Amino acid sequence: MTLEVRELDLYYGDAQALDKVSLSAAAGSVVAIVGANGAGKSSLIRAIAGIETPRAGSVRFKGEEITGLPSYRICDRGIGQVAEGRQVFPTLTVRENLEMGALLKRARPRLAATLEEVYALFPRLRERAGQAAGTLSGGEQQMLAIGRCLMGQPELVMLDEPSLGLAPTVVQEVFQIVRQLNERGITIVLVEQNVAASLKLAARAYVLENGRIVMQGTGAELLADDRVRQAYLGL
Amino acid sequence: MPLDFYLNATLSGALTGLVYGLMALGLSVIFGVVRVVNFAHGEMMTAAMYVAILLAAALGLDPLVAMFPIGALMFVAGYLLQRTLINPFIVRPEHTQFMLMVAVAIILVNAQLLIFGPNARNVQVEYALDSYAIGEIIIDKVRVYAALAALAVAAALFAFFRFTLTGKAIRACADNHLGAQVVGLNVKQLYAITFGIGAACVGAAGCMLLLLVDVTPVQGPGYTLLAFIIVIVGGMGSLTGALVAGLVIGVSEALGGLLILPSAKSMATFAILILVLLFRPEGLLGRRA
Repeated sequence: MTLEVRELDLYYGDAQALDKVSLSAAAGSVVAIVGANGAGKSSLIRAIAGIETPRAGSVRFKGEEITGLPSYRICDRGIGQVAEGRQVFPTLTVRENLEMGALLKRARPRLAATLEEVYALFPRLRERAGQAAGTLSGGEQQMLAIGRCLMGQPELVMLDEPSLGLAPTVVQEVFQIVRQLNERGITIVLVEQNVAASLKLAARAYVLENGRIVMQGTGAELLADDRVRQAYLGL
Repeated sequence: MPLDFYLNATLSGALTGLVYGLMALGLSVIFGVVRVVNFAHGEMMTAAMYVAILLAAALGLDPLVAMFPIGALMFVAGYLLQRTLINPFIVRPEHTQFMLMVAVAIILVNAQLLIFGPNARNVQVEYALDSYAIGEIIIDKVRVYAALAALAVAAALFAFFRFTLTGKAIRACADNHLGAQVVGLNVKQLYAITFGIGAACVGAAGCMLLLLVDVTPVQGPGYTLLAFIIVIVGGMGSLTGALVAGLVIGVSEALGGLLILPSAKSMATFAILILVLLFRPEGLLGRRA
């Protein structure tokens, strides 16, 4: 298993955000996490990334314990993140934003080469290289956030609501890119409000409710499940 | 009074103002990135000035030369201060940060009183009394040197933030703290570097100012306030703003001293502060919130 999360508990003060959450992602697979707003999806991603410190439980990556490490060390192990709301650096140029993704020890020596790869994947970013990131459209910012994450040469990428607030055609493009990344061998953890699309893509999927995993299975299984269809697909 | 009298005062005020600007730049850099107001800023500068006096007395170093080792020393001191003392306070309420920095300031003032005594001291350089004459306008050499040094350091700082990866990473932290964590920047380390840079700036500014004024241990709070005013007038977090506002405040001090009373020079400074707060609260070059 590339990623193994065991009985993770996370609290914000007294409020419990995650309750004994366990999940795993096989190398090169796509894992989807679905759930309503406030179910704890973003908290889970932040806890894995080391931005929040879990109270109990463990996170293992490629067999090594990474629980409680600071976020920059976890990134350097090869866990990249495309955060909710994109979180680009608005006053930095597109190129500078991309450079910031490659300051990790693992990625810094290959900065120039990786930059070319990212530009090849997103020609739009090359066109806008000198422009402040804050002036880009929502879709372009999402491309930038994904490109910036790739600059760190991650082996696992966690995407938090990458299609949120984007036009339908751009949403399709984003899912296309996620598929491409996976074809390159990157393990994907996908958190999406677009449940149907993400379950179709996922080898394994988890349903999160009130900080607990309430259902799990293959993407196809969950897609066929009546409760999931009713609660998340409106069918 | 004849016109060249005012021109003289304006020009010499502007030159002093550039040094003020560099001092405030240090405060602005720290506030803009770490979001902590360094209420010990003037006291830190005073400490650097005393080191410069010691170096001048022991080795005969010109303060403009001493500013390099002193800048390095102040960088290390600022780095360690952030890493050890200030870092745990970053997530705490602002008033506790304020108390911490005021405590640091009080300790510095009293340590300086204890070590150097209450008397004013200064450094005499060979060219202290030389001046340049352009027509009717006469400008002190020390003021020109100090201003040029301030511009050079400010230019180096702008280049650092614009062209180096570390400088860009610091700007990234200021831009989006969560984003910085997401991409794996070592935010604590970058904060400490930033505090070090701010301290180095004010240390260098102190060396330059030493050519123009005497030092006393109790001057610190006044300079902290001055730096604070300049940052507000220039716009919080704007580096160019700090430099421009330094210039404005330097000129206002000189003209205020000339037109009203030498002892009332701060009156003009505060008048500008109040006008800015009334009519352009985001500062001269600040961005509207």
